[in-house]
Amino acid sequence: MSTHAKTAAKPAKPSRVGAVANWVDERAGIATAAKKQVRKVFPDHWSFMLGEIALWSFVVLLLTGVFLSLWFKPGMGEVIYDGSYEQLRGLHMSEAYASTLEISFDVRGGLLMRQMHHWAAMLFIAAMFVHLMRVFLTGAFRKPRELNWMIGGVLLLLGILEGFAGYSLPDDLLSGTGLRIADGLVKATPIVGTYMSFFMFGGEFPGDVIVPRLYIVHVLLIPGLLLALIGAHMMLLVYQKHTQWPGPGKTEENVVGYPMLPIYAAKAGGYFFIVFGVTALLGGLVSINPVWRYGPYNPAEVTAGSQPDWYMGVAEGLLRIFPGWETEIFGVTISWNVMLPGQIFPMLILGGTLLYPFIEQWITGDKREHHLLQRPRNAPNRTAFLAAMMSLYGLLWAAGGNDILAILFNLNLNHITYFMRVAVFVIPPIVFWLTRRWCISLQRHDHEKLLHGYETGVIMRSPEGAYSERHLPISEAEAYYITAQEPEKVYELPAETDMNGVANRKARAMKLRARMSKYWFGDNVPRPTREELEAARLHAEHELAQHDPDGHQHLPAGGYTGSHELDGHPVDGHQFDGRHSVEGEELRKH
Amino acid sequence: MRLLTARLAARRRSRLAGPIVLLLGLLLTGGAYALLSPAQAESTGSDTDDVAKGRELFLVGCSSCHGKNGEGVVDKNGDNYGPSLVGVGAAAVDFQVGTGRMPMANPSQQAPVKRVAYNDEEISQLAAFVASLGPGPAIPDAEKYDPESIPEDERQEAIVRGGEFFRTNCTACHNFAASGGALPDGKYAPSLLGVEPRHVYEAMLTGPQQMPVFSDDVLEPEQKRDIIAYLQSIEEQPKYGGTTLGSYGPVAEGMVAWIGGIGVLVGFAVWIASHTARSSRKGTKA
Repeated sequence: MSTHAKTAAKPAKPSRVGAVANWVDERAGIATAAKKQVRKVFPDHWSFMLGEIALWSFVVLLLTGVFLSLWFKPGMGEVIYDGSYEQLRGLHMSEAYASTLEISFDVRGGLLMRQMHHWAAMLFIAAMFVHLMRVFLTGAFRKPRELNWMIGGVLLLLGILEGFAGYSLPDDLLSGTGLRIADGLVKATPIVGTYMSFFMFGGEFPGDVIVPRLYIVHVLLIPGLLLALIGAHMMLLVYQKHTQWPGPGKTEENVVGYPMLPIYAAKAGGYFFIVFGVTALLGGLVSINPVWRYGPYNPAEVTAGSQPDWYMGVAEGLLRIFPGWETEIFGVTISWNVMLPGQIFPMLILGGTLLYPFIEQWITGDKREHHLLQRPRNAPNRTAFLAAMMSLYGLLWAAGGNDILAILFNLNLNHITYFMRVAVFVIPPIVFWLTRRWCISLQRHDHEKLLHGYETGVIMRSPEGAYSERHLPISEAEAYYITAQEPEKVYELPAETDMNGVANRKARAMKLRARMSKYWFGDNVPRPTREELEAARLHAEHELAQHDPDGHQHLPAGGYTGSHELDGHPVDGHQFDGRHSVEGEELRKH
Repeated sequence: MRLLTARLAARRRSRLAGPIVLLLGLLLTGGAYALLSPAQAESTGSDTDDVAKGRELFLVGCSSCHGKNGEGVVDKNGDNYGPSLVGVGAAAVDFQVGTGRMPMANPSQQAPVKRVAYNDEEISQLAAFVASLGPGPAIPDAEKYDPESIPEDERQEAIVRGGEFFRTNCTACHNFAASGGALPDGKYAPSLLGVEPRHVYEAMLTGPQQMPVFSDDVLEPEQKRDIIAYLQSIEEQPKYGGTTLGSYGPVAEGMVAWIGGIGVLVGFAVWIASHTARSSRKGTKA
């Protein structure tokens, strides 16, 4: 297998596997196509594996979903249950619910598959969220990856819709209640709402067509779209190459990492089994959506603790805390209390998410290609924006579970609602401000480390009795990592009139842009210049060479070249005490 | 026989004779009491003696809020400080005091379950006194609420019926698994798990705290019993799907998905990425 052979290779007798591969290659020509791909390089960082969780849980969803579809009957025809679950035997229910009970109690492994399917769905969407957060925080959505960002956003939306469709299929009390809310959201559309609802349910809610319709959406339409878009997402990833963290030898033009085969395939393949294993453990040990306890859906019934799955929790929270505003015009009621939180806000959130790369591009004016990632602290506004959004998300999420919070923590349900109504306006700005300042102080800290070295934790006392902390230069690799940022430029307001005295018509938008750009970059700590770094290096050299009371000298004067053996290492203090030479000194290894 | 008496007589001066006779006497009285006392307790439901004793207990423990004659207390603003107990019946007392809800430790939105403050005799005396204030539901007989009294061959059907009644009337507040739910203004529907069948029955009958009254016209006694049978059956059923996470619905499931799912998987991602591949393989010379 050596690729550096000095002599011409002689074809050995192919192994059996090789012979099969050869047979296929001679007919389908896969070797040429695969040659490039198997050597595709993936950089190594844990945050690059978050999207993989989503991918692998999608595979688990496909596998378990196929199993479930063999037994599930997507019908709303009334049957009398006569399966093994005693508490419901003899009850009238829909075919969908009866077959869900059959899968849970009478199909071998059925309950495990059902629970794995549901847990995998929860993980699928959660993993898409954390992957999105990673991409957002590191600026991986910047040119040329805006399109892939948008595909990702659509995937997330489709995943949520797919999850909701699946939640509604078993036709138990909980899923019926969820559908009733969906019905309410549709009906809140002014004028056409009722028609849309009747169209959707084939008559008055609940009707007898919604389950078969959602079934086709759930097993064919959305999975097909998901597969196609996942394919597009990954093809763009292959085409555009992976982003990477800055570091020595890592540039905008290369990707440093391991090839697909054998290393990355082993890592990614192994990760699939871990995802599968975690899902199987959850499915086997932790009950999820115990449909037998909810009972068959009956529009006259409802249960406390009726909640959507977590990814709809935000919509639920919005709906729960929204004031009960309604307007009546010409006998038509416009339900702002449902339309705004249920239709308008989700659209705004989706639109904002999809368009974010372009919004940021407009503010920063940055149209360059980026393949090196940005550290979250180096884009304080972006990081702070996400943190604020996360706090808003968390608040709304908690508002969606307000009754559970009330019962578990002995709180007043109404107080939670009133608190949330104020908190969603107050807390995100506070979080934004705090995170922004935090990022900027981290930048300052980086700046300090570059110019004055890192804090060794060694306190020295001078003969006069003054105390000072020793600093040592950071390693070159770290210095490279910290300084690897693109220079940034605050957008300058163009002149209000051009040289002929004609007023610039876009002046207003430009003013806004200039103001935002100033806010975006204005407080960033600029990268140290070459001169500053040079001065810092000389200073470090001086500092290290200074302690020389009895001939021991840490460094020959002027000999410091910026790679002292202590650079970037923790020290224990003896190196400075003037009685020890550093030569042969055991440094702490941690 | 004569031999036995003769032998007993011979030993009548034995040292053990005294204690044995004493022991026998105690057993006899104790046994007789145990045999006769339940009948006595039932018959004293309206016994004037019990009412008088109940009144004494009431004056000490209850009258500060409910008034000396159970007529209720109205505060300065005209609000109800303690409601009138005229006509609430013995069942209400047995429920409120028997579950420790009454007497309340402090005024609050709702009386929580506490350690029971009175013993069974005192509770029945209090119940007799309150029942004497006006006609109300009496403490039910065991066969009314005890699911055991349903014939074996009808029990499964009764449980299914009870489930339907439960989902129609109870789950909206008490949750699908009877694990409790929140109500407005800090009120709540408590968990029904581990509650004695008699108390569940009495609660339906008397409508304590926020609960509506499910009178015998609304839910017939057998239907109440079916609900209790259903509650018992879901409490006793195995945890089919694994740990139930408190049976609070999807909120707890979402938390597990994030902490136990994504949290663990991200941990594994960190682990995988931190184990970098070795650069030298077997057979390759560096």
